[in-house]
Amino acid sequence: MAENYLNYTPKDFKSDQEVRWCPGCGDHAILSAVEKALPEVSKELKYELERYVFVSGIGCSSRFPYYVNTFGFHGIHGRASAIATGVKVANPLLSVWQVTGDGDALAIGGNHFIHAVRRNIDINILLFNNQIYGLTKGQYSPTSPLGAITKTSPYGTVEHPFRPGELVIGAQGKFFARSLDVDVKLTSEILLEAAKHDGTSVVEILQNCVIFNDGAHSNITDREFREDRTIVLRHGEKMVFGKNRDKGLILNGLSLKVVKIGEGGFTMDDILVHDATNPNPGVHMMLANMQYPEFPVALGVIRNVKDSTYDDNVRDQVLKVMNTTKIKNMDDLLNSGETWEVK
Amino acid sequence: MDKQNKIQELDEVVIRFSGDSGDGMQLIGTLFANASALLGNGVSTFPDYPSEIRAPQGTVGGVSGFQVHLGSKKVNTPGDYCDVLVAMNPAALKANAKWVKKGGMIIADADQFNEKGYTRAGYKTLDAVSELKLEDFKVIASPITTLTKESLKESGLDNKSIVRSKNMFALGMIYYIFDHPLNFTESYYEVKFKKKPQIIEANKKTLRDGFNYAANIHAIPNTYKVKAASPSKKGRYRTINGNTATAWGLIAASEKSGLPLFCGSYPITPATDILVELAKRKDLGVKTLQAEDEIAGICTAIGASYAGNFAVTTTSGPGLSLKSEALGLAVMTELPLVVIDVQRGGPSTGLPTKTEQSDLMQALWGRNGEAPMIVIAASTPSNCFDYAFMAGKLTMEHMTPVLLLSDGYIANGSQPWCIPSMSEFPEIKPPIVPEHTEGYMPYARDDEKLARGWAFPGKKGIAHRVGGLEKDFLKGSISYEATNHERMVKVRAEKVKRVQNFIPEQEVVGDAEGDLLVIGWGGTYGHLFDAVSEMRKEGKKVSLCHFNYINPLPKNTHDILKKFKKIVVCELNLGQFANYLRTNFDEFHYYQYNKIQGLPFTVVELVDKFNQILEGK
Ligand SMILES: Cc1ncc(C[n+]2csc(CCOP(=O)(O)OP(=O)(O)O)c2C)c(N)n1
Ligand code: SF4
Ligand SMILES: [Mg+2]
Repeated sequence: MAENYLNYTPKDFKSDQEVRWCPGCGDHAILSAVEKALPEVSKELKYELERYVFVSGIGCSSRFPYYVNTFGFHGIHGRASAIATGVKVANPLLSVWQVTGDGDALAIGGNHFIHAVRRNIDINILLFNNQIYGLTKGQYSPTSPLGAITKTSPYGTVEHPFRPGELVIGAQGKFFARSLDVDVKLTSEILLEAAKHDGTSVVEILQNCVIFNDGAHSNITDREFREDRTIVLRHGEKMVFGKNRDKGLILNGLSLKVVKIGEGGFTMDDILVHDATNPNPGVHMMLANMQYPEFPVALGVIRNVKDSTYDDNVRDQVLKVMNTTKIKNMDDLLNSGETWEVK
Repeated sequence: MDKQNKIQELDEVVIRFSGDSGDGMQLIGTLFANASALLGNGVSTFPDYPSEIRAPQGTVGGVSGFQVHLGSKKVNTPGDYCDVLVAMNPAALKANAKWVKKGGMIIADADQFNEKGYTRAGYKTLDAVSELKLEDFKVIASPITTLTKESLKESGLDNKSIVRSKNMFALGMIYYIFDHPLNFTESYYEVKFKKKPQIIEANKKTLRDGFNYAANIHAIPNTYKVKAASPSKKGRYRTINGNTATAWGLIAASEKSGLPLFCGSYPITPATDILVELAKRKDLGVKTLQAEDEIAGICTAIGASYAGNFAVTTTSGPGLSLKSEALGLAVMTELPLVVIDVQRGGPSTGLPTKTEQSDLMQALWGRNGEAPMIVIAASTPSNCFDYAFMAGKLTMEHMTPVLLLSDGYIANGSQPWCIPSMSEFPEIKPPIVPEHTEGYMPYARDDEKLARGWAFPGKKGIAHRVGGLEKDFLKGSISYEATNHERMVKVRAEKVKRVQNFIPEQEVVGDAEGDLLVIGWGGTYGHLFDAVSEMRKEGKKVSLCHFNYINPLPKNTHDILKKFKKIVVCELNLGQFANYLRTNFDEFHYYQYNKIQGLPFTVVELVDKFNQILEGK
């Protein structure tokens, strides 16, 4: 019998549960992207279906595990990173995927999120950023832009939002990528890269909540001008974008700058080549922070740097100590150190 | 060595070492206790230290104490009052004089009783004896600092290291007074300072000089000997404290279940040492994760449990509060999890280094929704091992979380322990779901325990989802159906209730009926046992019923209670267990004896109280 992992199709990853997201919600497209990506991941990494575990917190996005036909854990609000960390440390052979919202990961779960990233535990975190609390019906979130009008900010928010990429890189993140819910192909391509990366991979997916924050990302996602307002970064390739692929990014002093190729004396040679593997976070941080209208919003794998992972370090340390110790079992331990005989 | 003094035999003796927190009192207390245990004495110890690591030197707030109780029989408590107090400075004397028995011996470092020392400790005069009314005590004021300096003047050590050795001089004096050989402690130095021969020699010399000094001054009228205990059990012994015993009990449960141990925790006094010990036990494959907070501690443990490890999280009261929501998740997902709460004085940050039993209600009920948990409590330092093991067995076989209560007193207290063999312990058989189980239903249960199966990710053919939302009774998929919810609430409660069929019956110390039943639970066992034994020797009809299994209570609890004329419930809180018993068995009248001082009971006060109740006062 051929190995299963070679032959999966998206259908194998569909669960029998009825999908309950609102019609038109961006989550549906992300689910499709995951279903499309997993057979590829399996093929590439030789993962059988039972190796996948999807872990989530609470929120619309966190319903995700019920819809994937793998092992799944729907946790409590904000704690998915911690639960996923436990799963991975307990059994490092598992392929662990965390699905989380902007509230779940960055508000109530902010602490667990940054510490997972800092530890570089080998899990893949899919952060569905709709800049709103969907499940609780429309309160602002830590990614809602300053001034956003929501149910709990009728006069506009008065707080500055987090930029997830900046947070990830600030917490010494080694992998950060961004995609759009509507771009199923790009998302699934990125998910494969995330799976292949050893360590915490954070994939921010700009997601539309049709009910409570419709169009939050439409100024960059609309087909009409998507190519002019976003840039898809690929390792080793020039940072070029635009419908006519005539715009690019250059380094101007210590900042990035958009230039038109062939204008103002700029040629293709001036355009930066994307190096996702550079440990220095400087350019990655600038790329992750680019905002429309000054810049195109960066999509694709922005940062992908190798480093040791928490789960490997745990395993290696345990094995090392086990190999050198005289204490091989509980009886040995009980009788170790200072003891005396009573006759 | 001049041994002209006569040796007096004692059944038991209590010694309290006290000094500044930097004076090394915990160390010499431990060394003395270990040497005594090796000589075959019954031993019980209790450290009493300030929560500040370095409180201002010489102040009462910075006094650190260590009490050791030796007996020619098994001893159950560190003793109420001490026969001998070692006080390394005026503050230590001031803080501890009240714990010395009338007429007891006080050994003080005379060098520290100068104006500076007195002022720092807040004395009104420069005369401790009259200010603290110590005229009836045998006060031996020796210039311990000076003598130590003299002893080590040729050691080549710097002045600071020399002065730091004064604790060993004091220990030498105590060894003389209690007729202890020095060899155990000398070999300790050899192991501990293997790479520093200079320190080994210095410590040995001060210890010996202290010993000889005590032999030569004629201020010490008698030396004492506490005969070796005739232990009820032959075998190999070691000293163990409650936190180490807890850690080891968990590892034992892991070994018996064949599943790796995972501990996700956040440091907190007085529970930290369980994590510290488990972190050392990589040799036995233990994985510890020092989490970013208590919530992450328990959530990593829940994740690890889902993935098939034996998972635990350890904490104290404030940390348990943070874990509440996740406890509900463990109840709901019906996964094994041991949560250990080493109680300390509360509420809030409270008294971090002091003992109390005030988390019982939190353990029983501190969760949203109907979220029953198995609650058990250890009652001595060494039986922390047994109850940690049992917590592991119950959680893994019954597929529901277990909360194990310990407290600062038993966690830090130590006693000699007859080392068990792992062959004496039962197997642990979790209901692990085999690969490719035909028609696998995540929430299907066995008839006896109502435990669902434990299906590890990575196994073929049993992929499933769990979570905190209400579950369908069999499939485990989300269900908001009204009657299903009621059914699930009831089955989770019944599952915990049925644990009654798998725990031992409650035992009674003393007769099965009588005038007064003393009830306690958890770490107060030693004191209650001694108080009840003392009264029984006087012919009083008093028995002790001390609980380790709290939820569910042992089946025969009601039968025990109804056979006594009076019942008194003793606890280090305002009456939480008494109220729990009232909820369960409301036909009885419960007297209460409660103490909330951050300290254990004393046997004296218990006996007093019980006599009052017997006399109808
Ligand atoms: C402890 C706790 N606090 C609050 C909630 C309520 N709550 C559930 S989801 C949520 C926010 C969800 O927002 P997000 O994480 O962005 O997910 P989305 O629904 O937008 O996908 C909140 C506040 C909860 N379930 N638990
Ligand atoms: S409320 Fe918003 S985020 Fe939630 S399912 Fe509906 S559209 Fe999606
Ligand atoms: Mg959201």
